[in-house]
Amino acid sequence: MKQLVAFEINGDPVEVAAPVHHTLLEVLRYGLGLTGSKQGCDKGDCGACTVLVDGQPVLSCLTLAVAARGKQVVTIEGLAKNGRLDPVQDAFDRCGALQCGFCQSGMMISARALLNEHPCPTREQTKLALSGNLCRCTGYTKIFEAVDAAALQEADPKA
Amino acid sequence: MSHVLGRRLRKIEGSAKATGKAIYADDLQLPGMLHAKILRSPHAHARIKSIDTRAAEAMSGVRGVLVGAELPIRYGIIPWTQDEQALAADKARYVGDGIAAVAALDEDTANQAIRQIKVEWEVLDALLDPFEALRRRDLVIHDWNDKQGKKGNVSKHVELEFGEVDQAIEGADVSVEGEYFFEGTTHAPIEPHCAVATWEETPSDDPEARGKLTLWSSTQVPHYLHRELARVLGLAQSQIRVIQPALGGAFGGKSEPFDLEFVVSKLAMKTGRPVKLLYTREEVFYSHRGRHPMWMKFKTGATKDGKLTGVRSKILIDGGAYSSFGLVTSYYAGQLLTGPYHFPTYAFEATRVYTNKPCCGPKRGHGSVQPRFAFEVQLDELAEKLALDPLELRRRNFIGEQVQTVNGQLITSNGFLECLRLVEEASGWKERHGKMPRGRGLGVAGSMYISGTAYPIYPNEMPQSAVMIRIDRSGVIAVHCGASDIGQGSDSMLRYIAAEELGAPLDAVRVFSSDTDLTPVDLGAYSSRGTFMVGNAAIEACQRLKAQIQEAVAEKWGCSPKEVGLAGGLALSLRDTAQNLPIQEAYQLAEAKFGSLAATGSYRTEKLGGDYRGGTIGASPAYSFTAHVAEVSVDEETGVITCEKIWIAHDCGKALAPVLVEGQIEGSAYMGAAEALMEVHDFHETGLHRAPSLLDYKIPTSMDTPELQALIVESGDPKGPYGAKEAGEGPLHPAIPAIANAVYDAVGIRLRKTPFSPARVLEALRKQREERAPVPGPAPVRV
Repeated sequence: MKQLVAFEINGDPVEVAAPVHHTLLEVLRYGLGLTGSKQGCDKGDCGACTVLVDGQPVLSCLTLAVAARGKQVVTIEGLAKNGRLDPVQDAFDRCGALQCGFCQSGMMISARALLNEHPCPTREQTKLALSGNLCRCTGYTKIFEAVDAAALQEADPKA
Repeated sequence: MSHVLGRRLRKIEGSAKATGKAIYADDLQLPGMLHAKILRSPHAHARIKSIDTRAAEAMSGVRGVLVGAELPIRYGIIPWTQDEQALAADKARYVGDGIAAVAALDEDTANQAIRQIKVEWEVLDALLDPFEALRRRDLVIHDWNDKQGKKGNVSKHVELEFGEVDQAIEGADVSVEGEYFFEGTTHAPIEPHCAVATWEETPSDDPEARGKLTLWSSTQVPHYLHRELARVLGLAQSQIRVIQPALGGAFGGKSEPFDLEFVVSKLAMKTGRPVKLLYTREEVFYSHRGRHPMWMKFKTGATKDGKLTGVRSKILIDGGAYSSFGLVTSYYAGQLLTGPYHFPTYAFEATRVYTNKPCCGPKRGHGSVQPRFAFEVQLDELAEKLALDPLELRRRNFIGEQVQTVNGQLITSNGFLECLRLVEEASGWKERHGKMPRGRGLGVAGSMYISGTAYPIYPNEMPQSAVMIRIDRSGVIAVHCGASDIGQGSDSMLRYIAAEELGAPLDAVRVFSSDTDLTPVDLGAYSSRGTFMVGNAAIEACQRLKAQIQEAVAEKWGCSPKEVGLAGGLALSLRDTAQNLPIQEAYQLAEAKFGSLAATGSYRTEKLGGDYRGGTIGASPAYSFTAHVAEVSVDEETGVITCEKIWIAHDCGKALAPVLVEGQIEGSAYMGAAEALMEVHDFHETGLHRAPSLLDYKIPTSMDTPELQALIVESGDPKGPYGAKEAGEGPLHPAIPAIANAVYDAVGIRLRKTPFSPARVLEALRKQREERAPVPGPAPVRV
């Protein structure tokens, strides 16, 4: 059985018909073609599917699509504004945080949520905020550097 | 100074990955695409008496069903040990072995349909313990093969001896003997394997060759996959195109053909529709090909001033259900240990045994991570016996440069002493090793690794790598190469080299890789061969074009071609840099003179290795070297080891792209630390995986990972591209023994089994207390 679900995706209103048991991740990837959010485990262990729902980082593989009704959803495709990368995206690219890149959509969403709450996070705050996003390539070192670089960039865009 | 090489640059696909636009296999959606699922064995060892697929075929959303008998040809990455079938037809050899497959309109229907397939089983004893599998001659896992019948469950046995080892160890001033165990671990790339196939019937005048298969797969070896697809599907290689899209991590776990690639191909051929199969995370654990568990005995002799006299090892390798790269693994377990230290004599014996568990294979540092752990811990024991600083002991045994190892491998450049110096200084070794309060310690270890193997997996006289470059009059440089970018940055490396050689702006260089219709063959992303082999091929192609450009510009300027340089978007006179041309104009002059500009370059290995059976396995055109110092703290109440920091110095020859090299060093050390402290690929007594999820199979989060400091050493290899060697696998090795040795420094216990779990630490601490203060009176009663 399908249900109509209306929500906002990356600033645009959208209405999709989704089977009731389908997750938000399935609707994003296979319904809307927004394949930037990844499926690494499909059970909430890896964090590759992280999206923002009303500003909070959420595992879209554990969220039913119907639960997004009326909410604002932001995926990795929605971070860049007017063709310009978000400082988080730019810093991840510049600092070498993107190796295979598969976990990084979710990682960058979590990093964005962190910086929204703590514009100048301590290393411990960064580690905690990203602890739900597994990365197998980087050893996290360049990811931490990228978060610091993005914070710096936002604090002083001229720096 | 170079305007490209050695600079901290972005990756070519960085912004595509930063914005979520990079397309991975599961991101492909094709019109009319079906979804496939594989029915997997619930038994670790069971003969298939019959399969009934009628109920599945009758389901309304099902469009195709496949069983093993339809793909009877056995395959395997190593031509001499092809023992796998796309879907098992005779028996299942591990829990998770594929038996049948279904293509349906959607994944849910496919999942329901595979449950409707009825299999009649004759359940056999499961051989899970390699020691038992070795003894049991009555129950042979690969009984389809008569030759195997004689060998029982032995998958490969290797014995090599170089010099009078026993005499050298017996006659030594000191010797150390010990047993070590390395637990199986898996790659756990965050992207599960995925493949998509299409089949087009193409009317042809040739009755033998009709139709074309296109396969997109998350593989790190498109070329070998291409060959095996043709063999198993009975197609000509020219009927098949293999494309590797963006790849979400591999680490060796995607370096051979997998069942899903044959299944989607055959189902696409049967149904005439595109077919996709995405592994569940559980299936990734079952398909495995990860680090082999190894039981290792080592014996080492040395003189009283710490010079090694001989090393002997005996290793039992748990191979799991199939061969995979196991023939090579068995050799690597011995062949790759003979540096960075000089071994006057050496012998090893390695036996790989089949068991009814997921097949082991090559994981980052293939075959040599386990013996390296054992040997580097043994070196620490030796240093203690000799009352020598363990770092000094390693320095004293340095093998040198331009030397041959005891087993006949040629070591060209060698920056190991510089690696040791850097980690010694950065960690404050002299001031802190052996001098910190109990519970805190430092440990050191070293290693070496290959930069590609001198010989391809199947014997042939063709190049190992080729690059084709076309320069367009627009200024665009199109680089085509079969190399697999698995995140390590081989596409970026190609861009950097083309920009460097041809003077182009970075953004003008486009790279088209790993598409067998469009790119010349490269053998793939394995054995750390990329930068060395692909890089050399790229330089050759570039230099052919560069010569034409120089000649055309020289003609215009009336100078010698040698006086024309290409750099930073300009062609410029080396005599008078005020004389220059925009690079695009230089390209146009060359096109006007020579016609369309295109060239190929290739890389071949010279003959290398020892002159004996197996002497070429482990032979590499260059070896990288690494030293680690790890710092740990040990909580004696809980047994928990915290690895605080690892200093990693790695000799990569020359860092063409330092950010990428650091990334490889950090990622390797992270992965090694994880194997030391956390990871266990373990099975229930039924053969069921104990932890086939990313929650239960513990991989480090951002909270668990030690601080990692990468230190680059550039020894400048004479044969490497601009002096470069590998960086992707070598830096993993020393992490595990360095942590073990640091634990010894912290609390005085020797950990000889991975992972160093709290239970093992507490047990070792208990033994230590007993040995130090024997309990008076009768021995305690054990329950």
